[in-house]
Amino acid sequence: MNNLVIWPIIIPLLTGISLIFLQKNRVAQKSVAVMGSLISLFYALFLAYQVKTGGILVLQASAWQAPFGISLVADVLATLLVVTANVVATACLYYSFKVIDRKQEQFYYYPFLFFLLTGVSGAFLTGDIFNLFVFFEVMLMSSYALIVFGGTKPQLRESVKYIAINVLSSALFVMAVGYLYSVVGTLNMADLAVKIKEANQVGLLNTVAMLFFIVFALKAALFPLFFWLPGSYSAPPAPIAALFGGLLTKVGIYSLIRVFTMIFAYNTGYTHTFLIWVAGLTMVFGVIGAVASMDVRKILAYNIVSAVGFMIMGLGVFTTVSIAGAIYYMIHDMIIKAALFLLGGAVITVAGTANLNKMGGLIKNHPTLGWLFFTAAVALVGIPPLSGFTGKLLLIQGALGAGQYWITGISLTVSLLILFSVMKIFLYGFWGEAKTSLQVKQGSTKGLLWPTALLIAISLFLGLGTEFFYPYVETAAQQLTDPSDYINSVLKE
Amino acid sequence: MELLISLLVGFLFASAVYLMLSRNILRIIVGTGLISHAAHLLLMTMGGLKRGATPFLGQGATAYTDPLPHALILTSIVIGFGVTAFLLVLAYRAYNELGSADINDYRGLAEDE
Repeated sequence: MNNLVIWPIIIPLLTGISLIFLQKNRVAQKSVAVMGSLISLFYALFLAYQVKTGGILVLQASAWQAPFGISLVADVLATLLVVTANVVATACLYYSFKVIDRKQEQFYYYPFLFFLLTGVSGAFLTGDIFNLFVFFEVMLMSSYALIVFGGTKPQLRESVKYIAINVLSSALFVMAVGYLYSVVGTLNMADLAVKIKEANQVGLLNTVAMLFFIVFALKAALFPLFFWLPGSYSAPPAPIAALFGGLLTKVGIYSLIRVFTMIFAYNTGYTHTFLIWVAGLTMVFGVIGAVASMDVRKILAYNIVSAVGFMIMGLGVFTTVSIAGAIYYMIHDMIIKAALFLLGGAVITVAGTANLNKMGGLIKNHPTLGWLFFTAAVALVGIPPLSGFTGKLLLIQGALGAGQYWITGISLTVSLLILFSVMKIFLYGFWGEAKTSLQVKQGSTKGLLWPTALLIAISLFLGLGTEFFYPYVETAAQQLTDPSDYINSVLKE
Repeated sequence: MELLISLLVGFLFASAVYLMLSRNILRIIVGTGLISHAAHLLLMTMGGLKRGATPFLGQGATAYTDPLPHALILTSIVIGFGVTAFLLVLAYRAYNELGSADINDYRGLAEDE
C-alpha cells in the first residue's frame, strides 16, 4: 500500500479543476498552470527515483485486495513515461502562452491540457485493464475538446473523423475486455499474467489478443490503421499537435508493450511475428507519406507513423535488449516529436504558410529557429550524440541478436528516408531564396523557441548521458520480460 | 437466452456499421450510439446470464450473478453518454460552419490550399 503512486494523477487533476474557476483571470490562470506543471514534473521525478531505488510501488484503491479492486502500479517503465509526459506537457504549456490568444484562453484551454495529462499519467500507472480503458477515455475526452480548439473549418472536419474512429475503438476495447474477462475471469494485469498461462485456451486468447491489437493499433496509428492520423494531427494549433504527437500515440504504444509483454506472451511465435510484420509495413508506409508530402505539418505527422513502427519492431523482436531499445526510443520520440511539432509551428508562424513550395530563405532572418530545427531533425533520425542514436542502436542490436535481418534492413533504409523527409523541410524552408518580402513582417518567434530549446537540451542529455540513463531503461525492460517482480508486488501486498 | 442476446448483439453491430458507413453525420452519431449499446450487451452476456442471489459472501446461494460486468457497463455507459453529447454539439457546429451535414461536402476546403 503506497499513496505516493496516485499523486501524478491527482496533481494535474486538481490543477485542472482549479483552473476552471480561474477562467476570468488570465494572470492567475497562467501562474496556477505554471505552478501545477512544475509541481507535477518534480513529483514525477521524485516518484521515478523512489521506484528505481525502492522497487515497484503499488496502491490498492480503497484497500480492496489485488485481483478484486483497482491497483495502481508504478514500475520503472510507468514512472519513466510519466516523467517524459510531464516534460512534454510543461514545454507545450509554456509554448501555448505565446500562441493561444486571450479569446481562446477563455474557452478552458489550460484545464483541458491538464485533464489530458491526468488521463495520460493514469493510463501509464494503472494496473487494471478496465481502468486503462477509463483513463483512455479521460484522455480522449480532453483530446476531443483540444482538437477542435479554435473551431476552424479543417479542424471541425478532422475532429468528426477523429472522434468517430475513437468511439469505434472504444467500443472494441470494451468488447475485448469482455471477452478477456469471460475467458480468464480477471482484469487485473498482474493476475492476468498469472492466469493466462493456466487458462490453456490458445485459440480463443489469440483472438482476444488480436482484438486488443486492433484497439491499441488504432490509437498508436499502426499499419493499416494509421489513415486518420496525418489529417487529425495537422489540423489543430502547434502546441496541441505537439501534445498529441508526443503523448497520445505513445499511450497506445505503451499499452501494446504492456499487454504484449506481460499478458499475451504465451504464443510469441504467432503474435510477435505478426507484430514485426506490422512494424515493417508501418515504417515503410509512414515514411512514404512523409517523403511525398510538401506540407510541414503533414511531414511531421507521417514521421510519427514511421517512428511508431520502430517501437513496435522492438516489441515484436521481444528480447530484453530490443524492448529496452523500444522504451528508449519511445522516450526519445516523445520529446523530439513534441519539439519538432513546436518548431514546425514556429516555422509556419514566421513563414505564414505550411506549404514548402511557398517558403524559402528563413535562415536569414531566423537563424536560431533554423539551427534548432536542424538539431531536432538530426536527433529524430538518430545521429550521435543525440538521443535517437542510443534507441536505434539498441533496437538494431536486439533485432540482429534475434536473427531478424529483414526488419533490420528495412529499419535502416527507412531511417535514411526519414532523414531525407525532415531535411526537405530544412532545404525548402530555410535555405534558398526568400520567396516574399512579406516574410520579414510575418509573426516572430519571440517566446516560442526556449521551450523547444529545453526539449532539445533534454534530447542531448539523453544522448550524451546514456551511461546515466540506460540503467533505468534496462530495469524497465527487465521488469517487462520477467514480470514476476510486478506480479509479486501487486498480488502479495 | 445467451444465444438470443448474442444474435441481438450481432444485429446491433450490423446496423451500427451500416449507419456509420453512411455520409450523413447524424446517422454516424446514431451508429456510434448503437455500437456502444452492442458492446455493453456483449459485456453483460460475457458475464453469464443467470438468475440467482446477489453476490454477497456467506449467503449460501448456489448461483451468483457476477457484479463486475454490470459495474463495467455502468462506467462505459456514462462515458458513452458524454461522448455522444459532445459529438452532437460538434455536429451542430460543423453543420453551421461548413453548411452541410453530408461528410462528402467537407472535402476540398479553401483552407487546405
